[in-house]
Amino acid sequence: MSILLDEQTRVLIQGFTGDKGTFHAKEMIAYGTNVVGGVTPGKGGTTHLGRPVFNTVKEAVANTGAAASLILVPAPFCADAIMEAADAGIRLVVTITDGVPAQDMMGVKRYLWRYAKERRTTLIGPNCAGIISAGRAMMGIMPGHIYARGAVGVVTRSGTLGYEAASQMQALGVGITTSVGIGGDPINGSSFVDILALFELDPATEAVMMIGEIGGPQEADAARFVKEQMAKPVIGYVAGLTAPKGRRMGHAGAIISAYGDTAAEKHEIMRSAGLIVAPSPAQLGATVAAALRQRPSRPVMVPQ
Amino acid sequence: MDIHEYQAKELLSGFGVPVPKGGVAYSAEQAVYRASEVGGDRWVVKAQIHSGARGKAGGVKLCTTDADVRQAAKDLLGKTLVTSQTGPEGLPVHRVLVEQALPIERELYVGLVLDRKRERIVVVAHPHGGMEIEEIAQREPAAILREEVEPAVGMQGFQARELAFGLGLGPAQVNQAVTTILGAYRAFRELDATMVEINPLVLTTDGRVFALDVKMSFDDNALFRRPNVAELRDYAQEDPRDAEAAEHGLNYVALEGDIGCIINGAGLAMATMDMIKHAGGEPANFLDIGGGASPDRVAAAFRLVLSDKNVRAVLVNVFAGINRCDWVAEGVVQAVRDVHVTVPLVVRLAGTNEAEGRRILTESGLPILTADTLSEAAERVVTARDGGVAA
Repeated sequence: MSILLDEQTRVLIQGFTGDKGTFHAKEMIAYGTNVVGGVTPGKGGTTHLGRPVFNTVKEAVANTGAAASLILVPAPFCADAIMEAADAGIRLVVTITDGVPAQDMMGVKRYLWRYAKERRTTLIGPNCAGIISAGRAMMGIMPGHIYARGAVGVVTRSGTLGYEAASQMQALGVGITTSVGIGGDPINGSSFVDILALFELDPATEAVMMIGEIGGPQEADAARFVKEQMAKPVIGYVAGLTAPKGRRMGHAGAIISAYGDTAAEKHEIMRSAGLIVAPSPAQLGATVAAALRQRPSRPVMVPQ
Repeated sequence: MDIHEYQAKELLSGFGVPVPKGGVAYSAEQAVYRASEVGGDRWVVKAQIHSGARGKAGGVKLCTTDADVRQAAKDLLGKTLVTSQTGPEGLPVHRVLVEQALPIERELYVGLVLDRKRERIVVVAHPHGGMEIEEIAQREPAAILREEVEPAVGMQGFQARELAFGLGLGPAQVNQAVTTILGAYRAFRELDATMVEINPLVLTTDGRVFALDVKMSFDDNALFRRPNVAELRDYAQEDPRDAEAAEHGLNYVALEGDIGCIINGAGLAMATMDMIKHAGGEPANFLDIGGGASPDRVAAAFRLVLSDKNVRAVLVNVFAGINRCDWVAEGVVQAVRDVHVTVPLVVRLAGTNEAEGRRILTESGLPILTADTLSEAAERVVTARDGGVAA
């Protein structure tokens, strides 16, 4: 089992025929992902990598039954691409592109809320490595071979630190159900809490590794969620214990941001909420392995 | 991206925000000319740097004669101003703003910011403007007035009115304050700002409202569609290495230590710096080479890191997804040949085409130390640095 994505999921690629789209589509297909086609406005009716190309997402959905879309279009066009996918009924959108304007994301998030919950789109990213369900399928740009199949869910803001965690786990024989990169932008699609909730419900996931970054309120929100609503063990880490405080202008940012922006503060918040905090980034894998050995000290509740 | 106060005032005034009469000057002569343009008999000369808290640092001078204005501008221009927000190195003053001095009755605070938690623009306000606003926010957060803006419809008049009345303004001033707040909001939206701060917003003794000091920051990701904002960039207010880094698509921050870092991804960069510290070293910089690192970009990264004369060893740590280890290895080999690397170099490559990357490094015959894991890389570079000291 996995969350969000498996080998059955019908996947589209928006920005399919570009250099990046082509390169990553090949990697995804080689990994076993069910890529059913792509969208490039103006190239509808052609074929690329043996799959049909469409002018619009609506057309692509009607012809392929796609339920998920990977977005690799340039940053200025990302908001438009995400909203097009949502409007066409795509349930899972993964946006890899970095450099999307923050106010575009503010609009996108508001737009997604206009749909009823039963058909609302789950957005992952932007500025992320994507999703991989180990040994099944990937929608993203990660090196697939470092993810062993197993029972740990991974959710991370940082792409490459997520790779680091996966390879440390693989070296210790610890496998992964699904790894989700939620991205490092100030406003992103799915939060830690959104993904943790899915892992808690996934019967195949026995423990979760959560890798945060400095800045923003998401890690503190996640820690509260773990404490109040999760039975599975969660291993946390936030990089940046040595990061200096940035130069800043004005007071407005400080007025709205509460305690908990630095790595040390986030570690403290996670620890007090009952998460197991990895002592260093070189011990991400070892900490997960130790937590799995401790089980079942905390019983896993499988919801009906 | 940050801009100067006088630039922010020009922008906001285009959105109907009332600002004091004034103009920028690059010399003492020009400052006197600006004062005569402005008219009246009381002026303030304000150092223009990308920082607040300038008053306490001596960067704002009240003048009553031409000679005063000339002297104030002379004193400030060319000086380096250190404030509580600049860090100990301070920022250079190349421009001053000469402005009419207003008879002030009250100082208020208004700030607009993109709230990451709410994913909306939030307008905050308080009846007492000035330097102590952060302490007030800490001490009695309930006293801060806040309005969240619904992105689908934008800021509404009633929200601005609630803030204006909440600031304790009388009926005669509320409309001026509403114009100011809504104007600042429209500027925020239409210019892709991330922060607009009016501190203080003042009420004069004759009942008028002005934005007396203004700060604006902008979303770097949106500059492509805001050319009139992008052209306001003042490189003199930035570390020259930042500009060099930006030109090559690198993200660089200079630090105090002696181990240079070249890493892909911000999270891995910070984790690697944490590991260096764990191993007993101090990172000399943060450097994220991003995705798709070409040999040219890797070479630029080396030049940047080695321009810091404190660097006594360099660690390259790349976990390739979008990157490929063989490209990065070629970049490293080319950089070591082209750029004169005289300090020990440790390279750790992992991910896509890992074996190929390592082979390129080994076969280059260059004195490159390799490492397989993150902890090994950190330990090795600290040892190499210490070895460098002994030799």
